[in-house]
Amino acid sequence: MLCLVYNRSFEGFLTAVFEAYERKENVYIRKNGIENKGLFSEIKEVITYEAHAQRVLKKIESLVGIAGVRRLWKAFLSEDPEIEDAMLGVIVYSIKSNADIFSDFGNQHVLKIHQAAKKVEREKHRMEAFVRFKLTTDNIFYAVVEPDFNVLPLIKTHFENRYADQHWLIYDMKRNYGLYYDEQTTEIVTMEVNENTLLKNPETKILDDSEDIYQNLWKAYFKSTNIKSRKNMKLHLRHVPKRYWKYLTEKLG
Amino acid sequence: MNLNFNNPKLQNIFFEDGSNSDDMNERILEKLTILSDAAKYDVSCASSGSNRKNTKKGLGDASGMGICHSYTEDGRCVSLLKILLTNVCIYDCAYCVSRRGNDIKRAAFTVQEVVDLTINFYRRNYIEGLFLSSGIFKDADYTMERLVRIAKKLRTEERFNGYIHLKSIPGASDELMQEAGLYADRLSVNLELPTEAGLKLLAPDKNRKDMIGPMNYVKNTIIRLADERKFIRSTPKFAPAGQSTQVIIGATPETDLQIINTADSFYKEFRLKRVYYSGYIPVLSDDRLPGLETKVPMIRENRLYQADWLMRFYGFNAAEIVDSSSPNLDLEIDPKLSWALRNLSVFPVDVNKADLHLILRIPGIGVKSAHKIVAARRFAPLNQDQLKQLGVAMNRAKYFISCKGMKLIHGEYSAENIRSFILQRGSKRLGFTTQLSLF
Repeated sequence: MLCLVYNRSFEGFLTAVFEAYERKENVYIRKNGIENKGLFSEIKEVITYEAHAQRVLKKIESLVGIAGVRRLWKAFLSEDPEIEDAMLGVIVYSIKSNADIFSDFGNQHVLKIHQAAKKVEREKHRMEAFVRFKLTTDNIFYAVVEPDFNVLPLIKTHFENRYADQHWLIYDMKRNYGLYYDEQTTEIVTMEVNENTLLKNPETKILDDSEDIYQNLWKAYFKSTNIKSRKNMKLHLRHVPKRYWKYLTEKLG
Repeated sequence: MNLNFNNPKLQNIFFEDGSNSDDMNERILEKLTILSDAAKYDVSCASSGSNRKNTKKGLGDASGMGICHSYTEDGRCVSLLKILLTNVCIYDCAYCVSRRGNDIKRAAFTVQEVVDLTINFYRRNYIEGLFLSSGIFKDADYTMERLVRIAKKLRTEERFNGYIHLKSIPGASDELMQEAGLYADRLSVNLELPTEAGLKLLAPDKNRKDMIGPMNYVKNTIIRLADERKFIRSTPKFAPAGQSTQVIIGATPETDLQIINTADSFYKEFRLKRVYYSGYIPVLSDDRLPGLETKVPMIRENRLYQADWLMRFYGFNAAEIVDSSSPNLDLEIDPKLSWALRNLSVFPVDVNKADLHLILRIPGIGVKSAHKIVAARRFAPLNQDQLKQLGVAMNRAKYFISCKGMKLIHGEYSAENIRSFILQRGSKRLGFTTQLSLF
């Protein structure tokens, strides 16, 4: 079967959906750079085209509403290599039945989207919890994260609302981009240096003097608020899996 | 009362002289250690249910769902900076580490110290806000006034919109409670013991009436302002996340029936958002208390939370969960399964036809799955595989349901059989991990 390959953006995916409908044939949609090319009889690259993406988006929104579109987008952010099958499946199903089909949990594509979106939402919530800002000498609160999924676009509003009166930067080390908020707007930034080069270089003093004090206070609080006679590491690890410890002040030293 | 405020040791606690900043930091570290250690037995850490938004570019927002920023090694959520203003206390409640007669190190924060800690922790995304309680020094109003002053300073001077939970000090005046409600998202008074008899035994200085006074005032004010808000949109917020309370389990000999009835009546009479159950942790030796070697009743505590959930989200009445013939919850199985086994005649429930309220009563089906089932079956009847995919715990549910392609299998089994099948299957998973994410 034909495989349409797109540029990994949501608009790119929507453009591919447009093309699939134009061709009136069954296709697979995949992100560019995928492996297992041998599985497909033919591979065609789709050039993202805003107008086509918009038309598809409008159509989907008219059927499943903004909430449905958002759910698709969240599933998309899971970066699952085959999530496009369920996304296309759901779009085809809703166009065919001319209805909002997102409550049909018995349908495998619908269920898959719900599950992927839920996974991403959980990670979003974790990042809202696990971001640990450090105050720099230039008065920027910065944090480094490595989320399992691409959730920075989802946490932007939360942090804008909460920290409206401070400059902050949240950097996704895995995907090498970050959000920088300057009390007016938030923009996407990429950096050349990584945290290790910054912190290990003794010449550059980047953290504010108060940082050490509050990190120590926080660590002390974390320790003394624990009840030893109720120790339950299994539960602890379920809530704070080890892969997150690296950036959690209270779990370091 | 016998607390001597002229005692130089205490003078030192409340009135500090200036000193260099390293000493200051050390001292705050020590205070934080002492006063968070003393506050940790209060189990509430909820930071949800408020509607306080960030306005005019201030700091913080408490309009979303609660966030647990970390979890301690006991598996409990860390959402709020939970501290006492001071652990100096005129009362001598047997179960409390901070009781007057206990020989421990005492400390007290200044108003500014609490404000600084809260703001600096919040800005670093460590916490959702502040949960401030206190030992009672001098008298109820004197203590409450300090707590209110901190909340006021956070709201007005720091323009802080994060979550604030203040303890209502038993016996505090209506005027102070009025002010507290204007700045706090949640207020709570701990009932401490499930019955008045228990309270009399372990906390002879306290009485229910003093606890209920502030609770009643807050309840009535919330109702009155909600009415006014219908006509005047600018009516100020008043404890938008409501009230909660806590009872200690296992320090006194109350049955689960008594505990659940107390919770039920407080939910109804005072419109509480939450009742917290705190398994007694033996920290003090006292003839009136269980011995120091007593284990924390964690499973019992968990069962009480499950019962509480059944009342609040699953449409159960207190009387369906426990009654005078069996006044205690079954520790081996959860109260919903327990109810189902006592009422096998209700089953099988056909999940493709039954009402939501009946589906909610099936063991192995939670609130979310129940709603999904009701939504999905409009498209096509569901089968066993689909139910499993939806999140139904089929290893329990299968004894109680019928669905497409599956007739009930319990017909052949007695309640005793089903109980032992489920216990065998679950034996590996049972135990302390079932404490669940209820906090």
